[in-house]
Amino acid sequence: MTTVFGVPLPAILGQLMLGLVNGSFYALLSLGLAVIFGLLGVVNFAHGAFYMLGAFAAYIGLASFGVNYWWALLLAPLAVGLLGIVIERLLLRHLYQVEPVYGLLLTFGIALIAEGVMRSLFGASGKSYPVPSLLQGGLNLGFMVLPIYRAWVILASVTVCGVTWFLIERTRLGSRLRAATENAKLVQAFGINVPLLVMCTYGAGVALAALAGVLAAPVVQVSPLMGSSLVIVVFAVVVIGGMGSIPGAIVSGLVLGLIEGLTKVIYPEASNIVVFVIMAVVLIWRPAGLFGKEQ
Amino acid sequence: MTRKSTIVVLGALLGLYAASQASAAADQVVIGDIDDMSGVYADVMGQAGIDVINMAIADFGGTVLGKKITVLSVDHQNKPDIGASKFREWADQNGLTLVLGGSNTGVSIAMSKVAAAKKIPFIAIGAGGASLTGADCTPYTIHYAYDTTALGNGTASAIIKEGGKTWFFITADYAFGTQLQDAATKVVLANGGKVLGAVRAPLGTTDYSSFLLQAQASGAQVLGLANAGTDFSNSLKAANEFGITKTMKPAALLAFLTDIHAATLQTAQGLYLTTGFYWDINDQTRAFGKRFFAKVNRMPTMDQAAVYSATIQYLNAVKAVGSTDSDKVMAQLKKTKINDFFAKDGYIRADGLMVHTMYVMKVKTPAESKYPWDYYKVVKVMTGEEADGAQPDPTCPMVKK
Repeated sequence: MTTVFGVPLPAILGQLMLGLVNGSFYALLSLGLAVIFGLLGVVNFAHGAFYMLGAFAAYIGLASFGVNYWWALLLAPLAVGLLGIVIERLLLRHLYQVEPVYGLLLTFGIALIAEGVMRSLFGASGKSYPVPSLLQGGLNLGFMVLPIYRAWVILASVTVCGVTWFLIERTRLGSRLRAATENAKLVQAFGINVPLLVMCTYGAGVALAALAGVLAAPVVQVSPLMGSSLVIVVFAVVVIGGMGSIPGAIVSGLVLGLIEGLTKVIYPEASNIVVFVIMAVVLIWRPAGLFGKEQ
Repeated sequence: MTRKSTIVVLGALLGLYAASQASAAADQVVIGDIDDMSGVYADVMGQAGIDVINMAIADFGGTVLGKKITVLSVDHQNKPDIGASKFREWADQNGLTLVLGGSNTGVSIAMSKVAAAKKIPFIAIGAGGASLTGADCTPYTIHYAYDTTALGNGTASAIIKEGGKTWFFITADYAFGTQLQDAATKVVLANGGKVLGAVRAPLGTTDYSSFLLQAQASGAQVLGLANAGTDFSNSLKAANEFGITKTMKPAALLAFLTDIHAATLQTAQGLYLTTGFYWDINDQTRAFGKRFFAKVNRMPTMDQAAVYSATIQYLNAVKAVGSTDSDKVMAQLKKTKINDFFAKDGYIRADGLMVHTMYVMKVKTPAESKYPWDYYKVVKVMTGEEADGAQPDPTCPMVKK
């Protein structure tokens, strides 16, 4: 049998496939972070908490209101996005004039509060969310059996990433957004409602995190801590891709998922630090990140 | 006010505060609870553990030797340095007389070092690592609820008897996971089984799929999960999703009632696990279960039951020797038999391990479960000696002497 690093080839292919699944989550989460940072300049530390709230919204919807998975994909991001808009309106808005670190502290506080509230409501061990019946079962790829649900995650994530990139880089709305971040006063003078635009952008970024949460709910335990362990990795992904770069976030999300997958076969103990090692190397070599522009 | 004078005033206030704490402590019994209040093990003991300690103190009468009983608590966040430094701080400033808790073996080992240095009894409850009464034992450490040796003896031997001879382990990559894997490996080898491989997954890993593919590729019959809390539920959930539970038999080397509840019976049915306590064993356990439920709205885990028992044992010992002197209390604890709703035929061995009856359980199917929290059926009752061996751990330096 063909081997790579002493590991059989089918095993490597299997791990790459799983890496791609994880990479899809990273891409989706880092995309939201990159949108918020790129357009608002806010380091949104509450991103993991919104991801967790998205998963819990799906769970609560199913357990208490009989909302199925497919509706949850739409409603949970909407609900959590609205919460994001409220937070932007009431709190975050007042911090645009001061240093970014205040925004970071505020969102970090929000994350801690959200985690604490969910822990006291649902406990630290969390809840289990079933895989929707349409997506149960597995696909035999020859080298592994891939659960259909995981294949769906890749498809959904790549589609959402593509659509978001298109919206921001290739549409009129996107060009206004980018203009508003370059020079808010000037754009406002042209009669565009910049505060509204910014508010909706934050809401959309938060909704992306919640969508990732709903996608993750059937594969991981829905627990209050599910976001906090992920958000640090996702930040590293965004830094590697280049803070605020949308293609950077998507590409580095997928690639780092793959690298992490390989690490899990070759040296499992290092699998939770490999992303940070890469981050350190990238920062030394290209301080603005792989896709970032030097300022 | 200038900056300097502010600091002076602040310093004076802090000094006063510390002084008042120290003087207040002299006529008090101070019980410290250092545990994971917010992390992966928070449901196993956590905040509810503090409720239980207070419940036990109230049942005891609220005072001992005419002294008030105070409870201090802190979240160690699964960090050994926080656990150890809080222990030291309370010992130096708050007149600490006993420490309970310490879920997470790594943290408990750090705390037992402080217990030895400060000569203050430490009853480790949440942690599993058998080294707490082995290589890391101290004259002031008691390991109360269960240990990795008992878990290995219970679960691994039950599965081997059913024909599960070849094993693959997914192990939490820290002291607890590796000790648990070692304990289970010993049992597997002693019964003619084989270990085909193991992976060490970092604590708090959410995606276990790649480790599970490795497990499947090994061709082993049994998937040994040497982890706990959300690590356990995430790995079991992924094993179901990838259809690995169809070809391999999963073994929960440590699962608490709250873990089974979180994973749901649909996922966890048929699992073997070992526990020192289950709320639905007899009238006494059910009575405690109901009291706990009324307060916390879920049934107690083994650790939450153990912390009640340990608090009462300690207060009884203080009452019996008429002082909080650590050496006298430890001697009294070590010669007292423990028989209550938590422990049957319990006693504290020379190395500090509380040996007591343990149960091998099988998780019910959703159809077998008749009422809320009806999760386990008893497969085997193990005497304390069957679970942990009759002799103290020879790696404990205290025992050799």
